[in-house]
Amino acid sequence: MFVTILDVGIAGLLMGGLYALIAMGLSLQYGVARVLNIGHGEFIMLGALATWSLHTVLGINPLLSLVICAPAGFVLGYILHRTMYKRLMVTSASPGIFEGNSMLASFGLLFIIQNLAYLIWGTRYKAYSYLAVPVNLGGALFPANSLVTLGFSLLIGIVFYIFLVRTRMGKAIRAAAQDASTAGLMGVNINVVLALCFGLGVAMAACAGMLISMNYSVFPSMGMEYTVIAIIVVVLGGLGSIPGSFIGGILLGVLGSIVTYFDAGLALVAYYVIFILLLLLKPTGLMGK
Amino acid sequence: MIQLSWASIRASKSYLIPGIILLLGLIVLAGLPSFGPKYSVIFLSTIFMYIVLTTGWVMFSGPTRQISLATAVFFGIGIYIAAILGKHMPLLVMVLIGGLASSVMALLVGSLTLRLKGVYFTIFTFGLLELIKNAINWYEVTFTGTRGRFVVVVDNNTIYLYMLAITVLTVLTAFLIRRSKYGLALQSIGEQEEAAAHIGINVTLMKVSIFAISAFFMGAAGAVMATRWTYIDPFMAFNMNYSFTPVLMAIFGGVGQLGGVVSGAIIFAYLEQILITKYPFYYMLVFGIVMVVSVLFLPNGLAGVVKNWRARTTGGRYVRT
Repeated sequence: MFVTILDVGIAGLLMGGLYALIAMGLSLQYGVARVLNIGHGEFIMLGALATWSLHTVLGINPLLSLVICAPAGFVLGYILHRTMYKRLMVTSASPGIFEGNSMLASFGLLFIIQNLAYLIWGTRYKAYSYLAVPVNLGGALFPANSLVTLGFSLLIGIVFYIFLVRTRMGKAIRAAAQDASTAGLMGVNINVVLALCFGLGVAMAACAGMLISMNYSVFPSMGMEYTVIAIIVVVLGGLGSIPGSFIGGILLGVLGSIVTYFDAGLALVAYYVIFILLLLLKPTGLMGK
Repeated sequence: MIQLSWASIRASKSYLIPGIILLLGLIVLAGLPSFGPKYSVIFLSTIFMYIVLTTGWVMFSGPTRQISLATAVFFGIGIYIAAILGKHMPLLVMVLIGGLASSVMALLVGSLTLRLKGVYFTIFTFGLLELIKNAINWYEVTFTGTRGRFVVVVDNNTIYLYMLAITVLTVLTAFLIRRSKYGLALQSIGEQEEAAAHIGINVTLMKVSIFAISAFFMGAAGAVMATRWTYIDPFMAFNMNYSFTPVLMAIFGGVGQLGGVVSGAIIFAYLEQILITKYPFYYMLVFGIVMVVSVLFLPNGLAGVVKNWRARTTGGRYVRT
C-alpha cells in the first residue's frame, strides 16, 4: 500500500514538474504581457523537434541543445512581441480588446508554426533514446530521463524565481504584472519588459520541449495538448502568479497520477472537470489576486 | 414623420434589387440537384455548413464581443444526435432535435458562464469542448467497448437541400435580429455592458438567449452533415477546427457586416475544398497567415476594405470604421 502511494506520488511529481515549467512560461505571457498565447504548445513542439533534429542529425546531447534552443526561442518571442503584439497594443482601444485580439493573433501563429513544422519534419512520430535506464526509488522503478526532467524543471523554476525576486529586471517584471501602464509611468521601459516576458515564455516552452523529447515521441501536432494543460495550470494557480503556476503544475501532475492509477482514460476528463469547476467557483485560482 | 417615411421608402428601394438577385440566386440553387453536375451538390453542402457555423458564431460573438469557442460543441452535439437517433425517426425531426439539444446545452452553459468576463469565457468554452470530447470517448471505450458510431445514410441531394434551407434560415435570422430592437440591445451590451444594464437591459437574459438561438442552427447543421460522413467518433464530431475556422472566416470577412461574414465563409470554404486534399499543410499555413494579417491590419475585415474603397472612389462623405 505504502509503496503504491509512493509510486503514484513520485509519478505525479515527475509529471507535475514538467507541467509547472510549461505553465510558468504561459503565466509570464498572460500574467504580465496579457497575451493568452494559444500557440504556447507550438513553441514547445518546436523545441522538441529541434532537439530531436540536433540529436539525431548532428549528434548533439539533448541537454546541451538547451544552449541553442532556449536563446533561439527567446529571440523569436522577443521579436514577435516587438512587432506583432506591440502593434496590437497600439491599435487596440482597451485592454479587453487587446486580450481578445492578441489571442486571435496567437491562433494564427498556432496554425503557421504547426504547418511549417509539418512541412519541415513531416507527420511521422519521432523519438530517440537517451538516459532510458531504470532507477530504483523506494522500491519503484523510474526511468532516469524523467528524473532529469524533474530536476531541470525545478532548477529552471528556482533560477527564474531568484531572477524575479533579486534582480532589477525581475522587479520591473513584477511591477508590470501588477499594472503595466503604471509601471510604465514609473520609468519602467514597458515595451522592453513585456517583450522580455514574452521571449522568456517562449524560451521556457523551448526548454520544456527539449525535456519532453527525452521522454515521449514528438510530432508537429503535439502542441495543443500542452497548451491546454498550461492553460489549466495557469488558471489553477491564479493568472499572473508565477509561484501559483509552479504549485498548480505539481498539484495537477499528482492529481493526474492519482486518477491515472484508478482509470487511465479518465485523466484528461478529470483535468477538464477541475478546470471548469475552478472557472465557475474560484476563477482567481489558488494564489490569484 | 415625413422624413422618416421617405427614409423607409429609400431603404426599401435599396433592398429591392439585391433582394431580387438573391431570390433568383436561391431559385437556381434550389434547382441545382436536378441540372447541376453531381459533385457541385457535395461541394456546396460543405460551403453551406461553413456559412451556417460562421453566421451562427457572429450572431453571438459579433454584437457581444465575447469570443466563443463552443461552435464545435454545438455542431458536435448535432452530429451525435444524428448518430443516436438517425435510425429511429425522419430526417426533419432529427434535425430539429439536434438543433434543440444544442440550444439546451447553450442555455445551460450560457446561464452558468456568461457572467465570466472576456478571456475567461473563451477559455471556458475551449475547455468545455475538450471535456465533452474526452468524456464521450471515455464513455464509449469503457462502456460500449467501441469508439464511434455509424450514422444513417441520406442521399446527397437531400443533404444539399436541407443545408440550403438551414443556411437561408440562419442568414435571415441574423439579418432580422440585427435590425430589431433585440439586436440593438445586444449591440449595446458589446459596447458597454454596465451602461446597457443601467438603461434596463437584462444583460444575462439577452446573452443567454442569443447564445441558444445561434446554437440551434449549429446543431441543426451538425445533424444534417453527420449523415454525409456515415461514420463518426468523438474526435471527428468535436473537432476543434469547427471552433477555429468560423472565427477566422468571420474576422477575415468582417464581423460587423453580414455580407462580409458570408463572403469570408464562402472564400475560405472554397479554398479549403480545392486545397485541403492536395496541399493540406499549405492551406492551413495560409489560414494562419490570413488570420494574423486580418487581426493586425484589417480591423473590419474584407467588408471594411470594400467599404473604404467604395467611399474613396465615389467620394463618399463618411467612412464608418
